Amino acid sequence: MSILIFLATVSILLALTGLGAFWWTVRSGQYDDPLGDASRILLEDPIDRPLD
Amino acid sequence: MAVTSPILDRQDFSAFLRDGEDGRPSIDLLVKGARCTACLSKIEREISAMPAVTSARLNLTSGKLSVAFERGRDDAGAVLERLEGLGYPATPFDPAQALAAHDAEGRRLTMALGVAAFGAGNAMMFSVPIWAGLFGQELGPATRTMMQWMSAVIAAPCAVYAGMPFFTSAWRSLRKGRANMDVPISIGVILTLVISFVETLLGGADTYFDAAISLLFLLLIGRWLDHRLRANARSAASDLLAMQAPAAVVVGVGGVEHRTPLDDVRSGDLLLVRPGERIPVDGVVEGGVSELDNALLTGETAPARMGPGDICRAGALNLTGTLRLRATARSEDSAVAAIARLVEAGAQSRSLYVRLADKAAALYVPVVHSAAAITFLGGWALGLSPREALLRAVAVLIITCPCALGLAVPAVQITASARLFRRGVLVKSGAALERLAEVDHVVFDKTGVLTEGRPRLLDPVPAAIAMAAPLARASAHPLSKALSAQAGVSSLAQDVVETPGQGVEGWIGGRRARLGRAGFVGVPGAVPSETELWFGFDGDTKIRFAFADAIRPDAAQTIAALRQRGLTIEILSGDVAAPVAKVAQALGIETWRAGLTPAEKSEAIAARGQGGRRVLMVGDGLNDAPALANAHAAMAPGSALDASQNAADLVFSGEGLGAVVTALDVARSARRRALENFAFAALYNLIAAPAAMFGFINPLVAALAMSGSSLAVTLNALRTGLKGSK
Repeated sequence: MSILIFLATVSILLALTGLGAFWWTVRSGQYDDPLGDASRILLEDPIDRPLD
Repeated sequence: MAVTSPILDRQDFSAFLRDGEDGRPSIDLLVKGARCTACLSKIEREISAMPAVTSARLNLTSGKLSVAFERGRDDAGAVLERLEGLGYPATPFDPAQALAAHDAEGRRLTMALGVAAFGAGNAMMFSVPIWAGLFGQELGPATRTMMQWMSAVIAAPCAVYAGMPFFTSAWRSLRKGRANMDVPISIGVILTLVISFVETLLGGADTYFDAAISLLFLLLIGRWLDHRLRANARSAASDLLAMQAPAAVVVGVGGVEHRTPLDDVRSGDLLLVRPGERIPVDGVVEGGVSELDNALLTGETAPARMGPGDICRAGALNLTGTLRLRATARSEDSAVAAIARLVEAGAQSRSLYVRLADKAAALYVPVVHSAAAITFLGGWALGLSPREALLRAVAVLIITCPCALGLAVPAVQITASARLFRRGVLVKSGAALERLAEVDHVVFDKTGVLTEGRPRLLDPVPAAIAMAAPLARASAHPLSKALSAQAGVSSLAQDVVETPGQGVEGWIGGRRARLGRAGFVGVPGAVPSETELWFGFDGDTKIRFAFADAIRPDAAQTIAALRQRGLTIEILSGDVAAPVAKVAQALGIETWRAGLTPAEKSEAIAARGQGGRRVLMVGDGLNDAPALANAHAAMAPGSALDASQNAADLVFSGEGLGAVVTALDVARSARRRALENFAFAALYNLIAAPAAMFGFINPLVAALAMSGSSLAVTLNALRTGLKGSK
């Protein structure tokens, strides 16, 4: 019985971590511009210094 | 007076600046035409490389560019100029509107969806052993009660949070004395939670914590889809509003030019309107000569000449010369504002439209609630214990879950608008699709809808075109543009000087040549006409080019297709009778009216509506905007003036009118799918409700039935508009 309670608690804590992460993604506006984010990953990083 | 490309002078944009998070001034700009990865990288790279700019970030979804400046070095004018140079015209976005556009409701819904998903998944973890217990597996009452409590601890708070959008909407609707779909949902969820708690306390077997939260999860999917569709439409609409009200250039004391928000322009202000800009408010010309394109205002194809003393109406496009205007009306008193009020009135009457889902809710609510009440009272009367009777009543409420109903329409509409979007039609709301599916009469505007809305050269003679092309290319006048469009690649004339309202003069191959009005080119005795151009070398014979507004290539085909679908066709135009009659005859349309004012057009539409017809209006001009807003459904081409796109339900891009037929087909298909979904939901409830009444439902069956019906409805929705797609 005690193992059940232990496992259930652990699994809920894990799920709560996931929910917390989701809350953070919503709050930090990561769903505000899905199109732009999908495009941004295709862009090369800006080169700050001249090539030669 | 030489006309060079208009260079934005250093203007004052301080009215549009706001303080960013770290105190740096920043400005939000609406960038037109930025819709791809390459645009994103080009704009961000170029703008952030500018001096004094600390960051530039483009939101590709909304087309908004946020630029932050170093403190005290804000130069929004330079940014706009740079964007213009890159080929992306931009307008500053009113800070107040920018804040309103921040989609707080969307975030709340997304969060509620996440919480519901968490709750449903984890409550289910404890439901599985309980379900197993239903089939005689070993599950002692103590373990079962523990599982139920675990389930309750997770599901109840999640359900309260995730249910908030429904509870608040239900409460609002109840206070108005009506019951929308959220009322049975809220009652169902709350009752389910309470009864499940009581059952857990009493040690009963039937608790529905997982059902309550997964019901909310499924419903939130529908709600979230619906919100996304509306949010897209709303941001499109507010973008259009912001675009429609570009700042006016007010000349202040000492000749300083201020870019001023339209609302702040006062009567008596001196305004500067450059070629390519629209007249911001009604005014009288004080200086400068030009031609105004009234096509979008009145439907007239021919440009009107303007000189000192002439009255310009807001919304007209300045073509050739810079005009100095004395404002005679404020923005809200201008001719455009009068049209805007007509549009608003139309939009209000349209908001009375009862949507399909609400009609279904009106039927569903009383039926389901009386069924639940009968179950409780009947069960009690027939000898069940009150607790057992109440449990069965709750089972009825849960099993007849409106999730199929809640998903039936949003899933169909999101599928339909996605399919239409891929074919170049932007749907602005789900209700628009429902209304479009019902139309039986189509009213077309002529200029820019049935016709291309721009002049096309009649009887082109290649040799003559080639001769005049170098001059034509140097001018922005619509007739010159039509001429150079026919010419293809050619050289540019030297030392070109454009005389606004007259024509252009320049040197071609060492000879002086003129292109323009008959009098300007030097044709004696010719009648001045707005649909012809003359060209001639100095002292040589003069050549005449005649133009007409060409009918769109697929207009006839579209009208045939619409007739085939049982619709009647009519033309309402603001243009004079002769060209309208010609177009009507060419397309075989018997019913047409010409010379209508915006108000008359709108009245004609309203009269049709009162006559029991459901009218689809297709128009592009500002003069069509009230008619668009008053029609049962409205479509505007992407070339239309922003105000008209704003008043329309659907906006189609591309050259063809065929989009009208496509949109109609998809809308009708969407309506069929939605009705099928309702029929399915009704059939399902017809079987499920009696089953619940007679106590055949346990928590496992409830969970299966609920998700099964939602899945069936969603899959059916995906079929929308499939037929005929390539």
